[in-house]
Amino acid sequence: MEKVSFLTRNFGKYDTNSIGSYMKIGGFSALRKAVAMEPLSISDLIASVKVKGRGGAEYDMGRKLSQARAVQGERKVVICNADEGETTTFKDRELIKNDPFNLIEAIIVAGFVVGATDGYIYMRAEYSCFRPLLLNAIRQAKSYGFLGENILGKGFDFNIHLYSGAGAYVCGEGTALIRSLEGKAGRPRMKPPFIKQSGVFARPTCLCNVESLSIVPHLLLDEEQVYAHCGRGDSIGTKMISVAGNVNNPGVFEIPFGITVREIIYELAGGVQKDRHIRLIQFGGASGKVADESILDTPYTYEDLRGAGVMVGSGGLLVIDERTSVLDFLRMNQEFFSEESCGQCTPCREGNLHIKIILEKMAEGRATAEDIRQMHKIARVMSMSSLCGLGETAQNTLLSAMKVFPETFEVGGKRA
Amino acid sequence: MSEMNKEAEVPTVNLTINNIPLKVPKGTKIMQAAKEIGIDIPHLCYHEDQRIKAHCRLCSVEVTGRRRLLAACSTEVWEGMEVHTDTPIVRDTQVAILQLMLANHHKDCLSCPRNQNCDLQQLCSRFNIMESHLPSVVKDEPRIVTNPAIVRDPSKCIRCGRCIRACKDVQGIAALTYAHRSSDITVTTAYDKPMERTDCVLCGQCSLVCPTGAIVEKDDTDAVLDALQDPRKHVIVQVAPSVRVALGDAFGMEPGEIVTGQMVTALKLLGFDKVFDTNFGADLTIMEEGSEFLHRLEHGGTFPMITSCSPGWVNFLEKNFGDFTAHLSTAKSPMSMFGAIAKTYYPEKAGIPVEDIVTVSIMPCTAKKYEAARPEMGRDGRRDVDIVLTTRELIKLIKYVGLTFQKLPESDFDSPLGVGTGAGAIFGATGGVMEAALRTVYEKYTGKTLERLDFHAVRGFEGIKEAEVDLGDRKVRVAIAHTLKNARLLMEQVQKHESPYDFIEIMACPGGCIGGGGQPIGTTNAIRKKRMAALYEIDKNLPLRKSHENPEIITLYKEFLGEPLGEKAHELLHTHYHKVEKEYTF
Amino acid sequence: MLTALTKDYPLSPELQGRIDLVLEAHDYDPTQIVGILLEVQDLDERHYVPEPTAYYLAEKLSMPITNIFDCLNFYAQLSDKPRAKYPIQVCNSPACRVNVIDTKRLLGTLEELLDIKIGETTYDGRFTLETISCFGACDRAPAVRINGKVYDHLDSREKIEALLRSLP
Repeated sequence: MEKVSFLTRNFGKYDTNSIGSYMKIGGFSALRKAVAMEPLSISDLIASVKVKGRGGAEYDMGRKLSQARAVQGERKVVICNADEGETTTFKDRELIKNDPFNLIEAIIVAGFVVGATDGYIYMRAEYSCFRPLLLNAIRQAKSYGFLGENILGKGFDFNIHLYSGAGAYVCGEGTALIRSLEGKAGRPRMKPPFIKQSGVFARPTCLCNVESLSIVPHLLLDEEQVYAHCGRGDSIGTKMISVAGNVNNPGVFEIPFGITVREIIYELAGGVQKDRHIRLIQFGGASGKVADESILDTPYTYEDLRGAGVMVGSGGLLVIDERTSVLDFLRMNQEFFSEESCGQCTPCREGNLHIKIILEKMAEGRATAEDIRQMHKIARVMSMSSLCGLGETAQNTLLSAMKVFPETFEVGGKRA
Repeated sequence: MSEMNKEAEVPTVNLTINNIPLKVPKGTKIMQAAKEIGIDIPHLCYHEDQRIKAHCRLCSVEVTGRRRLLAACSTEVWEGMEVHTDTPIVRDTQVAILQLMLANHHKDCLSCPRNQNCDLQQLCSRFNIMESHLPSVVKDEPRIVTNPAIVRDPSKCIRCGRCIRACKDVQGIAALTYAHRSSDITVTTAYDKPMERTDCVLCGQCSLVCPTGAIVEKDDTDAVLDALQDPRKHVIVQVAPSVRVALGDAFGMEPGEIVTGQMVTALKLLGFDKVFDTNFGADLTIMEEGSEFLHRLEHGGTFPMITSCSPGWVNFLEKNFGDFTAHLSTAKSPMSMFGAIAKTYYPEKAGIPVEDIVTVSIMPCTAKKYEAARPEMGRDGRRDVDIVLTTRELIKLIKYVGLTFQKLPESDFDSPLGVGTGAGAIFGATGGVMEAALRTVYEKYTGKTLERLDFHAVRGFEGIKEAEVDLGDRKVRVAIAHTLKNARLLMEQVQKHESPYDFIEIMACPGGCIGGGGQPIGTTNAIRKKRMAALYEIDKNLPLRKSHENPEIITLYKEFLGEPLGEKAHELLHTHYHKVEKEYTF
Repeated sequence: MLTALTKDYPLSPELQGRIDLVLEAHDYDPTQIVGILLEVQDLDERHYVPEPTAYYLAEKLSMPITNIFDCLNFYAQLSDKPRAKYPIQVCNSPACRVNVIDTKRLLGTLEELLDIKIGETTYDGRFTLETISCFGACDRAPAVRINGKVYDHLDSREKIEALLRSLP
């Protein structure tokens, strides 16, 4: 299989503590190019290769930037979402660790496209070891005039601030992240107002994931259109994926869209430990959907995965071998949500608790068909009526498992 | 541009709700639009005076073309929107949410203070939820009874957040907060400390908006019933001005209906030996407070002078601006003045030993329970006001006795503490104390008779009002604030020595006592405004509208007190305040 | 009844000085409270924010104490209760846990070596065992996180012992 390196092409190529080293490999030339361009032509470029939000929501990135530019308002904000709280997801960690200057450059370019005055990086506390790296990158960028006032003489003023999360999965949700940035507990709020109109400190805000942003400088310099030639169908380019669980070689890989799930697991991730069978694969972290082995030959693209009942989401793949039962896996996943729901809205707060109780009952062999029906109903009510995306997607795993592994939910040999 | 033109310009939106077409102004939320056509979408966290929270999700409705349900409280209508409030998924969702709530709710409805007056109970009844199919997950937490005013019962809390919003957004206090997350989330104080050791001032606005029995007034009805049934006790009751315009709400009468006569009858039927009027106490307060203001004007003193009849406000000042107690009028509140007279002058006059007298007050207020318990408010080891009941507790007593309140004949207050003037009546509304004081201060200072008694500048629902009153040789600048959020703004001026005022009236609760934390459940700003209008109506129709013209007050001074601010008046009718130390001082 | 307990000198001048430095570094900006709390928490050897410190921050930032209390209890990385000098955080998410052998061995070995269970602190106050949601080291499992640092590939008793010994 051909190795691609588009997003990762700077990895290991420069000293991540030195802006000079970064500039030697062409750092900040994307920003120079960008500020000479029409902002909307940059978002058009991103839209032309159909970059989708890489945090999990899969929203059209070019459109997000052009919409943010169109919003009326003073002192706009770009937030880089580095909260990466989704389980089995650690690709942003690699981007921050191996290419911090590219991320800073990307945020500045996004700020330029949007017409923002401030950029915020909201990074999860668990990545606090990278704070010095990013703080240094920000400081050096400032001293080189890439941040601050009148950047590159284009009359563009922009600063970047680094904020820390403190251990709350829900802060990956936009409004929760914003509340956290504002110095509160990160409980999501209702929309409207939408973040793009009234986000952090009530300023128009454009919120993008680390990976979504990181693509931008590379795209700007991609004269040969390497990115556009990667991929399959509407899933253009490459993607950072994180593979973990019962594989021999867990890690982060950059793949061209379109290689098969089998290639990912058996070639990149080194196959399943001790050649065991795969019980299930969870795509996109704790809020992702699951599939069984039958998905192995599906090409990894937005469309093909959706067709197979799962989603790219955060780009995580959790491979679970035959030693773990579907039910045990669901219980672990449910424990995660029972811990991470913010507790504010009824369906998510109470629903997660009751689903946890019913899963425990199943594990003890005490669940009745009525319990299973209740569980399905609660899961559906949660996804239909919760306040935020966490509650909406928390039961993706359970609901998809009920479809893929109906035998797990049989009571007394009968389907509930 | 004229007002009418402006109105015509508000764009409208066409939509259908359950296939019924309607047109509403742009910006209307689905919940209000549905109300227009008579559909009450169920809700719990939504409260018309609060910013929208969209937490409970009970108002989830289906909108054609939307993958998920939308919260009717927070979703604005759009052109061509098709809303359905009665589809199977909507009903399933609403029932499931109620059942989820019920599974985490201590269902001892029969012994709950909010029995038959509980939003959750009503909704479960409406949705015909006979039982929750889910196991109970409610944590066994005891009721928190640590102060004389407010009782919390976390096992009843549905985490709607209304109390938090009332405390923070209305009062600017934030004594209550969410803490923890997921199913451990609670509504609590910082470090779960008892309310009185937080910034809480016991105003009770939280208890007024709580949809269940999670935050309630401390119930003292049993103590009253015990006293009433004790043949040795002479039980007298005083009723605050704002109770008579709020009590009718609980008996299906129009908000703002004046029910003074029925209320007095009800109290007599309950067995009170004498039914007196706090308006009398209010007139007395004006005599003392007005004289105090004049004294400060003439002999110098701390300015601005600030009213002290709202106990929530006094608590607030003691806790937050403890170095400024000298600004407070030393005059006691109407309730406490009444209490002092009821335990001194009244026993003499009625020939009843003071130890046999039980004084009860009916107040729109939870903080009054605390005020009455202050050691300053009594003498010889006896409290001046023995028991304080809120309006809500009086409603309970009336229902307990089984009176058909709305059909009761009218009666008059008893004498000698039963006459109140219009000035006393308007004490119940924000601006009322100031207006009452100005009527007396003007006449006493100038020696002239007021041509027009109505001071319109100090009336109304605005957060902070100000006015200038011409006393002939000098002008007096006054300000009026209601809610502690607004009070804080005025106090910050005082703190910076930038206050331009001579005299300030502050009421802790929105609208003043008519919107007090002890008023009937369901009190909203719209209802507050109706009660306010009713108080001014009472004032307008009374023959006497100035406190110093109250004949019983004149007699009281002649027979007993002597002069305002005199020795006896000082001993009985004035008090002092304490700075409350912070939890930690750094 | 409304009088609160006053504790004299709830903070030592040294601690107060160090907290002030953190506040200065954050420009006394109340919106940065989460970051401030993370830093202030590490000023205490037991990695928590004591109650008087929280009240001090509330006063200095003109912020309701309830907001700080809420943050301390909302965020998993913040604590209002004393922890050990070395809180050992073990991932509780499926990605790590499905490596049954490794995570069981890791947790079991830790419990055995320290003679405590999850949630407990060793007698000498040096170690607390905590479970935590995914900290993004799924590919380096089995791993623990101690005071912000990830220690990975702890796949043998020797390595775990060596780690515990290496902490001063």
